[in-house]
Amino acid sequence: MATYDFVFRALGLEDWCEAGGESSAPMSMDALVSQTTGEEASTSIWELPFPSMDALNQACPAFPQSRNVTLGLENGFLAVKDSMSVVLDPITQPLSWLLEGALYGILTTPWWIIIPLLLAIVWFISKSWKLLAFVALSIGGLAFIDYYSYAMQTLAIIMVCAFLCVLFGVPIGIAMSRSDRMRASTIPVLDMLQTLPPFVYLIPLIFLFSVTEPKLYGIAIILYAIVPVIRLTDLGIRMVDETVIEAANAFGMTKRQKLYGVQIPLALPNIMAGVNQTIMMSLAMVVIASLVSAPGLGVLVLRGINNLELGVGLVSGLGIVLLAVMLDRTTKAALDRINAAQKG
Amino acid sequence: MSSSSEKQTKIAIRNLYKIFGADPESVLEDVKAGMSKDDLMEQHRHVLGLNNINVDIKQGDITVMMGLSGSGKSTLIRHLNRLIEPTAGEVELDGVNIVDLNEKELRRLRREEMSMVFQHFALLPHRTVLENAGMALDVRGVPKSEFESEANKWLDRVGLQGLGEQYPHQLSGGMQQRVGIARALTSNSPVMLMDEAFSALDPLIRTDMQDLLLDLQEELKKTVVFISHDLDEALKLADHLVILKDGYVVQQGEPQEILMRPNDPYIVDFISDINRARVLRVRSVMEKTQDIPENVAGEIDYDDTLESVIALSAGETGLTFVVTRHGAQVGVLKMTDLVKALVPTAAAQDGMRSSAA
Ligand SMILES: Nc1ncnc2c1ncn2[C@@H]1O[C@H](COP(=O)(O)OP(=O)(O)O)[C@@H](O)[C@H]1O
Ligand SMILES: [Mg+2]
Repeated sequence: MATYDFVFRALGLEDWCEAGGESSAPMSMDALVSQTTGEEASTSIWELPFPSMDALNQACPAFPQSRNVTLGLENGFLAVKDSMSVVLDPITQPLSWLLEGALYGILTTPWWIIIPLLLAIVWFISKSWKLLAFVALSIGGLAFIDYYSYAMQTLAIIMVCAFLCVLFGVPIGIAMSRSDRMRASTIPVLDMLQTLPPFVYLIPLIFLFSVTEPKLYGIAIILYAIVPVIRLTDLGIRMVDETVIEAANAFGMTKRQKLYGVQIPLALPNIMAGVNQTIMMSLAMVVIASLVSAPGLGVLVLRGINNLELGVGLVSGLGIVLLAVMLDRTTKAALDRINAAQKG
Repeated sequence: MSSSSEKQTKIAIRNLYKIFGADPESVLEDVKAGMSKDDLMEQHRHVLGLNNINVDIKQGDITVMMGLSGSGKSTLIRHLNRLIEPTAGEVELDGVNIVDLNEKELRRLRREEMSMVFQHFALLPHRTVLENAGMALDVRGVPKSEFESEANKWLDRVGLQGLGEQYPHQLSGGMQQRVGIARALTSNSPVMLMDEAFSALDPLIRTDMQDLLLDLQEELKKTVVFISHDLDEALKLADHLVILKDGYVVQQGEPQEILMRPNDPYIVDFISDINRARVLRVRSVMEKTQDIPENVAGEIDYDDTLESVIALSAGETGLTFVVTRHGAQVGVLKMTDLVKALVPTAAAQDGMRSSAA
């Protein structure tokens, strides 16, 4: 006898329940417990169980247990997995190549080319001696304590992923700014990507791709980091002064002339702010992605946790902070220069 | 200021209606039957923007559209280059109905036939003053090296020599609007639309800009449509004055004519505060006659303001002046008539509304 027997009796479903056959369904936890203690499930109102799937299953063996839900989901996923892989594998393969290429390139090129090159890029973007000195000291310091190759791997992954985020994010943002329908359908997806804890994305990705493939963490990073650049591109274009757009129309600009000549240039400060956030989020994710074989400083952090190597964990953590500050300052300096050009 | 009847009509606005709202067509008949703006809002939740507008804009004139805020001025001027689509009616430019133009033809019209100057300047903040001035040519695909000289010519003409490499935000409001005017002039279009172009400027700078416009107009003879909510500005600039209220034309005509014979209490209100001596001209008050009167105190010009005549008379009210035009007598002005003209007019009893009320 179980608490919710009466439900099935009232609905006249007893026969269906019997036909379900007790033997086929695995025993629920409660049933198991009550069997071993030899007690009947109590019927006191204080201990009334919520009519959950397991409670109902006790009353009617044909009723599915909650574990069937997760099992069903898993089976369903495994069933479509192969066909999804057929489509997704070739599409995402270039991502693996890009990441492998970038990692190979940055590690096989000698340090005396890479470091000056990075410094030149920082100088070109920021035109700030202070920032240049900071970056030189940080990279020099990391290299001095033999963290150079880890830091460069992390940097290579971030650069590839952030580049792809901008490549896809800006056009998506532009499309959103042009069509309210597109915007309404994209925003829930963005909200979801932003609220899901990063670990949760990894689960389906692990099933879809093999853990040894770089595209696995590449996709995880891109999905996580692409959101701000999309949002801020859309916002930036929508915020462009309407009177300026009206002037562009009044002088007979085509849609294309308006987009490239007015909307994108005027949205650039917002787009750059999005790029800055995207890079910072890539960095956060690349650490988590070391769980699924992303190389770089994250691996060292993980080693620090797993092997309780306090020093390694702390120093690699510091390395990540230094990378974060370098990337943030450099992109912000670019942003400031754009702002200065537009609004004295 | 010659009479406008001999000039060619450049733009003809015919039975133009604009209703804002979810389904303008459905309430158009109500509006045509005479429903007022307030009733339309209350009963159908639609905004009456323009109500049966008929205006002829003459070539080479400055046509000023005047009215209080919300009377539909901006809506009307935006119909001329179809930044706003009409609900019903026609706008003809040189006899071609622009409502029928396709996208490409409309773009050509905006690039070559009409240019626009905006209240808040609407310059491109990321482009230099020179690039802004050359915008119309840039849009047509002329490379910078070629439009540079044309843009510089007009920047010089509006008094911005040597500022071409600055950015708009480095200039004052008045200078930014000069860039706006240079931009419109560089497009070399025969029609120039100006939506409250000087309203955002300080009074002194505004006067300078009005003088600049009159100066340019003397030389270029463009067809200018100028929006203003300021009567003094309207009277200073207008060859033809159109007064709007709640989306319809209350009265239109030569400004002097409207001052002397307002046909609506709304206009009487409007003109009651102005300095009549400063804006009224001899030709509007004089008696048309070739007869030479007795005791002529002096000669005055047809286009003199009454203020200058009062100064000339030194306050004597008994004098009579001969009015001349191009040196020949066209009339006689008695000081007593002049003084009568200074008394604010009540709405002329026989005045008729020029449009559906
Ligand atoms: N896009 C619009 N939607 C609804 N109502 C509008 C719109 N544009 C203008 N209006 C209304 O039309 C009327 C005329 O506006 P406008 O032409 O801007 O007046 P003005 O330029 O004379 O101040 C106002 O009542 C305004 O609220
Ligand atoms: Mg307006």
